[in-house]
Amino acid sequence: MRAVHFCQACGKVQPPAPVDYFTFFGLPRKLNLDVAALEKDFYELSRKLHPDLNARAGSQEQEWSLQQSSLLNDAHRTLKDPIKRTQYLLQLEGVELEEQSKTATEQARSTGQLKKQIVPPDLLQEVFELNMQLEELRMQKKMGEDDPALIEEIGRQKLELEEKQESLLRELEYRWKMWDGMIQREQNGQPVSEEERKQERDKMVDVLNRRNYIRNLVRDVSEVLEN
Amino acid sequence: MSSDRIVGIDLGTTNSLVAFMQGESPVVIPGDDGSNLVPSVVALDLNNQPVIGNAARQYLAETPERAVYSIKRLMGRGIDDVREELKFFPFRLAEDLQAGEVLRIKLGEKTFTPPEISALILRQLKRNAERFFGAQVTKAVITVPAYFNDAQRQATKDAGRIAGLEVLRLVNEPTAASLAYGLDKKQNGIVAVYDLGGGTFDVSILKLHDGIFEVIATNGDTHLGGDDIDNLLITIALHDTLGDLGLDLRRNPEAVQAIRKAVIEAKIALSSQPSVKLDVELPGGKRYLREITREQFEQLIQPIVDRTVGPCRQALKDAGLKPEQIDEAVLVGGSTRIPKVRALVKELFHREPHTDLNPDEVVALGAAVQANILGGGSEATENMLLLDVTPLSLGIEVAGGVTDKIILRNSTIPASATQHYTTQVDGQANVAIHVLQGERELAKDCRSLARFDLKGIPAMAAGMARIEVKFLIDANGILHVSAREQRSGKESEIRVQPSYGLTDEQVEGMILDSFDSAEEDFRQRQVIEARNEAATILAALDKGKKSAAWGHLTTDEKKKIAKMEKALIAVKSEDDYQAIRKAIDALNQGTTRLAELMMDSAVSTVLKGKTMDEADMGEGPTAPHPMAKAEFE
Repeated sequence: MRAVHFCQACGKVQPPAPVDYFTFFGLPRKLNLDVAALEKDFYELSRKLHPDLNARAGSQEQEWSLQQSSLLNDAHRTLKDPIKRTQYLLQLEGVELEEQSKTATEQARSTGQLKKQIVPPDLLQEVFELNMQLEELRMQKKMGEDDPALIEEIGRQKLELEEKQESLLRELEYRWKMWDGMIQREQNGQPVSEEERKQERDKMVDVLNRRNYIRNLVRDVSEVLEN
Repeated sequence: MSSDRIVGIDLGTTNSLVAFMQGESPVVIPGDDGSNLVPSVVALDLNNQPVIGNAARQYLAETPERAVYSIKRLMGRGIDDVREELKFFPFRLAEDLQAGEVLRIKLGEKTFTPPEISALILRQLKRNAERFFGAQVTKAVITVPAYFNDAQRQATKDAGRIAGLEVLRLVNEPTAASLAYGLDKKQNGIVAVYDLGGGTFDVSILKLHDGIFEVIATNGDTHLGGDDIDNLLITIALHDTLGDLGLDLRRNPEAVQAIRKAVIEAKIALSSQPSVKLDVELPGGKRYLREITREQFEQLIQPIVDRTVGPCRQALKDAGLKPEQIDEAVLVGGSTRIPKVRALVKELFHREPHTDLNPDEVVALGAAVQANILGGGSEATENMLLLDVTPLSLGIEVAGGVTDKIILRNSTIPASATQHYTTQVDGQANVAIHVLQGERELAKDCRSLARFDLKGIPAMAAGMARIEVKFLIDANGILHVSAREQRSGKESEIRVQPSYGLTDEQVEGMILDSFDSAEEDFRQRQVIEARNEAATILAALDKGKKSAAWGHLTTDEKKKIAKMEKALIAVKSEDDYQAIRKAIDALNQGTTRLAELMMDSAVSTVLKGKTMDEADMGEGPTAPHPMAKAEFE
């Protein structure tokens, strides 16, 4: 059931109900969602809720329109993006992704150690070599030298990493399928154990962490190449 | 009903316009001089009365210390932001400016903040619209560069309030332009708007979908435009005169303005001519002559034009699009008349750009469309809706001076983000929050929007308080903050004061000032105008007395005229403009026959004069100089 955003009888904007983004669009907490349908719904709701179309209403309605339409935009922005959507759902499920990262950062700061980055084991060798090469290229650039072979080699590795990023997205989509299936079973009245729920969540967190790692790596490589 | 009329205003760096929706299409409202463009120039006349637009340009040439242009560059900026500008613009800052204070510009002996100067331009546009409608205008949509930050937007809104306008919406200029274009081409697709104006550059990429104009990405530079090209040419001219003549004109505002006028004309001419000849009269009777070919001009401006490439590429990247996925490219702003700029746009978006609408007017026309939508819409704007984005990421400063971004750039607005804070010490009553705008990692590299304290947190053990702060960017791109201590449910009032903004009280004061002086202004102007008219008619009478026609009047007629003349001279020096007008009207009527008798000779004199003027104007083209070197005579 979609939350009630405007009066069915008179069409006037209603005060926003304190709902999560899935409920705002009347969607189940599933991850494989039809982005085109979401966009259609977003446009339709925009035509009702946007402040421009409520500019002549009373001040109370204008305020509601502002609140509703920011909620609509926030919800759409979060749900249309596969990564943000997954992160948001995990957050609703009680996983504190941000807190984890913050705690790690603070720990690293207080102990003076480098923030521990979990390198995906299958990348260990590659990442080690890539970091060496990046360091070499940084040095060369500082000296004003130019090694086309090295640049080409790093560029090739960057492409590989980007492919890896893509394949992790596929892996994430597979995890969605597992999650959605579990939710479906639950909706059909079959009990789902807390243990199973946790396992599914942890697997998604794992994929997200690995993807994050690679994304940062690609960003570093691009920075060195472009500078 | 007429009081509900909402106008659309383009408050530009170089020119400003006001437009409205006439039936099904937007039209620009001309000023009393018949021109659609009101130059964004403000001057103070010798009676300290503000003069705006074309009339003010005269002051710029003759008494530059009483005039100001390109004030938009200073909107919402602090002294540290504008130091670079001051090298190129004759802005005279008040001497007693304090750090962190809103800038004040000297005009003659008075000082004005940038919002007040902008308000004078807005008031002129308001007057133009009121004369056009014959009714009061109190509501407006005003456009701003898409890349304007929170402080610059707030300053523009303040200017509207000072001018007595309720600003219903601030609309981004490129988006407004797309509305004007979209009105007659109701189609779906991806549009890139390239907007290079007098002082600002914006690029926006929009998705058009059944009347919804959805901005996907925007980028720009709020200090890049035609002004920069002018300044480059002025610098060269000043360098030439210094080097070749030993004449340092940098401290000579009249000469600089004369050069500025000439280089702007040359720049404009070079868009349609292969070369142009600069010819400026310098103090001391010398002339500065220089031939500029289009090729040389293009080489010269290349670095400026190239500065638009980065923002365009970034916008494409943010939109996740390749150039070939752009269906239409639209040109906005006077500087897009330059062929070199057009060529660049074609190269960037792989499309021949649209130029069907006048690039100077399209933004105002779009503002009128948006005004119509806000006013409830019409058949022409049915189903049209603008979904715009915030151009810059919003962040807060966290430990280590790092920016934690909470609303990313290119998020559709209105947009919000919620943050939770707690206390570090037992009984802590305040939490300081530093809000930033920008893309950089470190807080010191971002624009500081506001610093404020969450006050009055109930006494609790450290870490117990749970303060929820909601940041909301409204449809104008302006930030609002509200906070609540969740354990006690205590709502705290927070006012976000932009780092370089006017306070509400200051704005209120300025509104009153301008209202108070509006009446006084009106009275004084009437007196001055009446006196001028009296002087004109008295001078004409003196002339008439010496003409042959005077001999044809009867003694009685002459006596009557003399009496009325005496009466006018008597009231002329007084402050009662109505009495002066009455005396003028009387004398006018009394001298009708004299005027008729004088007519014949007068007509022939006027015609003669005109012919002579025209003969003076046409000057043959001189031979082009192959060398870029300047010449002096």
